[in-house]
Amino acid sequence: MTILSLQNIAKNFGAIQAIVDVSFNIKEAEIVGLMGDNGAGKSTLLKIIAGNFNPSSGVIKFEDQEVHFEKPIESREAGIEVVYQDLALCNHLTAAANVFLGREINKGIWPFRYLDYPSMFKKSAELFEELKSETRPKDLVMQMSGGQRQAVAIARTRLTNPKLVLMDEPTAAISVRQVVEVLDLIKRLKDNGISVLLISHRMPDIFQVCDKLVVLRRGEKVCDKLIKHSSTEEATGLITGAIDRV
Amino acid sequence: MKFNKDIISKSEKTSFQKFLSEQSFWVTIALILICFVMYFVEEAFSSKDNVYNIARNFSFIGIMAISMTLVIITSGIDLSVGSIMGLTGIICGLFLDAQYLPEWYSKSAFYESNYVWVGIVFALIAGIIIGAVNGYLIAYLNLSSFVVTLGMMAIARSLAIVVSNNKMFYEFGPKDEMFFKLGGGQFLGLANITWLLIFLTILMGLVLNYTTYGKHVYAVGSNKKAAELAGINIRWIEMSVYMLSGFFAAISAVMIVSWMGSVTNGLGYTYELRVIAASVIGGANLMGGVGGTYGAFIGAALMETIRNSLLMAGIDPNWQGTFLGIFIVAAVWLEKVKNKKNN
Repeated sequence: MTILSLQNIAKNFGAIQAIVDVSFNIKEAEIVGLMGDNGAGKSTLLKIIAGNFNPSSGVIKFEDQEVHFEKPIESREAGIEVVYQDLALCNHLTAAANVFLGREINKGIWPFRYLDYPSMFKKSAELFEELKSETRPKDLVMQMSGGQRQAVAIARTRLTNPKLVLMDEPTAAISVRQVVEVLDLIKRLKDNGISVLLISHRMPDIFQVCDKLVVLRRGEKVCDKLIKHSSTEEATGLITGAIDRV
Repeated sequence: MKFNKDIISKSEKTSFQKFLSEQSFWVTIALILICFVMYFVEEAFSSKDNVYNIARNFSFIGIMAISMTLVIITSGIDLSVGSIMGLTGIICGLFLDAQYLPEWYSKSAFYESNYVWVGIVFALIAGIIIGAVNGYLIAYLNLSSFVVTLGMMAIARSLAIVVSNNKMFYEFGPKDEMFFKLGGGQFLGLANITWLLIFLTILMGLVLNYTTYGKHVYAVGSNKKAAELAGINIRWIEMSVYMLSGFFAAISAVMIVSWMGSVTNGLGYTYELRVIAASVIGGANLMGGVGGTYGAFIGAALMETIRNSLLMAGIDPNWQGTFLGIFIVAAVWLEKVKNKKNN
C-alpha cells in the first residue's frame, strides 16, 4: 500500500527553481533514501511534505487522500513525524520536556491541571532505553552531546504511532557507534510498519537501511529505483552528474 | 517494557549543585550578608518599622518584576511598565474622585455603592488592554519588543497626563477608608501588598514550573523555531506575557495609589529600570529561556535593602542611580561569566 505519493511537485522561490517536477511513492514500511548534493533540493522537498512550505504546483497524496498541509502541526496530526537537521530542541529544557514539547502529559482538572512529571520522565526513559541511548530524562539538552540530542529528537517521533517519519541527516554530527544505533532504530521503525524518508549524505547509511533510492540533482529527480538494483558507484555518479539519469 | 529505573533519578548535576548554580541563591546570600552587617552597624535598620517599610517598598517593584521575568524568559523586554503604572493609577484615581466624572454617573446610586470596585476593575482592565496592544504588535506583527514597549512608554505616560489634565487625584469619596485599607493595611505584621507579592511569587512560580503554559513560555524563549515546530501557539504565548505584564503593573498601581491616598501622572516614573534590574539581578537572562519568580522577588528585595542601607549610612541619595546601574551591568556580566564556564 502506498503511504505517500508525490505527483509532479514543483517549488520555486522567486526566480529560483528549487524543485522541478518531482514524483515518487513511498510504500508502507518502506525506507526511502533521498540523496543529492548540497542545494539539490532535498531539505526543501522534506519541508514541503512536512507542511513548512506549500508546493508551487503538484499533488501530495497521503494514504490515498490529497492533502494540503499549511503548518507542520497539520502533517503531524495526519501521522507524519519529522526529525529536523538542526533537531529543533530547546536548550534550556530537560530531555523529557523536549520529548513531550507540545504534547505534555497533564494531571488534574482545569484550572488545576499540572504537569505529570513522573509519567513523562518514565515514558521518556523508556524511549531512550528503546533507542539504547544513555540519555537521562532530567538532564538539560544544553549539556548534551550530539548523539544524545539526536536521541531526544528521534524519541520524540516515537510518542505517537506515526505512519511516516521524515529524517533530515539524522546521522550527521554523531559518533560512529551512535550511527549504528540510529540505523538500528530506523530499521526498527520499518519493523513496526512505519515508513521512513531518510535524507543523508552518508552513502553507507543509505545502502545499509534503505529499500529504495531517490536522487535529486538541481531540483530534478534523476533516479528512482530499488537499492538492490543500484550501487554506491552509480549513486555517486548520479549525485555528481557523471551519470545523467537512470 | 523493561528499563533501567535508576536512569530517571540520575542527572548531570545533583539538586544541591543545581541549587548552587542558581543566581537567585547567591543574591539571597548577598541579601543576608547585607542585613547581617547592617544589623550591627545601624541599630535603626533592624527595627520593626524599617523592616516593614523595606518589605512594603520592594513589593510594588517585586510584583512587576514577576511578570517582567516572564517577558524576559520569552527573550522580550517590557519598557512600558512604569508608564502603564502611571496611566492605570490615573484611571483608578479618576473613577474614585467623583468631581471629575459626569454627574449622571457620579450622582447615580450605582456610583455610590460600587465606585471603589469600578475604579479598581477599570484600572486592571486598562492594564491588560495596554499589555495586549504591546503583545499583539510584538507577537503577531513581529515588531521588536524593545521598540514597541519604548513607544508605549511614551504613549501611556502622555495619556496619563492628558487624562489627568495634570491634576492630582486625592478625594476618594465616602468609602475612601475601605480603599485605603487595601494598600495601606497590614496582616500578621506584613503589609497587604507584601502578602500579595508572596502569593503571586508562589502562584506564578507554580505556573512556570508545573503547567504546560509555563513550559511553553520557557520553550518560546529558548528556541522559538523549535517551539513552533512542536505545535505550540508561540504568538499567543508571547502576547500573553505582555498582557500579564500590563495586568501586574496595574495591580501594583492600584495598591500604590491606595497606600499613598493620592495619584499624580508621575506615578511609576523610571520604575521600568528598577523592575528590569530586579528581574535580571534575580537571574532572568535577557537572551531568553532562563529565570524564575523567586529571583524576581529576591532581586527586588536586594535592591530595596541596598537603597535603604545607603540612605541609613548617610550617603547622598543622588548616588542611588549609579549603584542601580552598576548592579544591572554586574548581574548581566556575572551571567555571561557563568555561561562561559558551563560551555
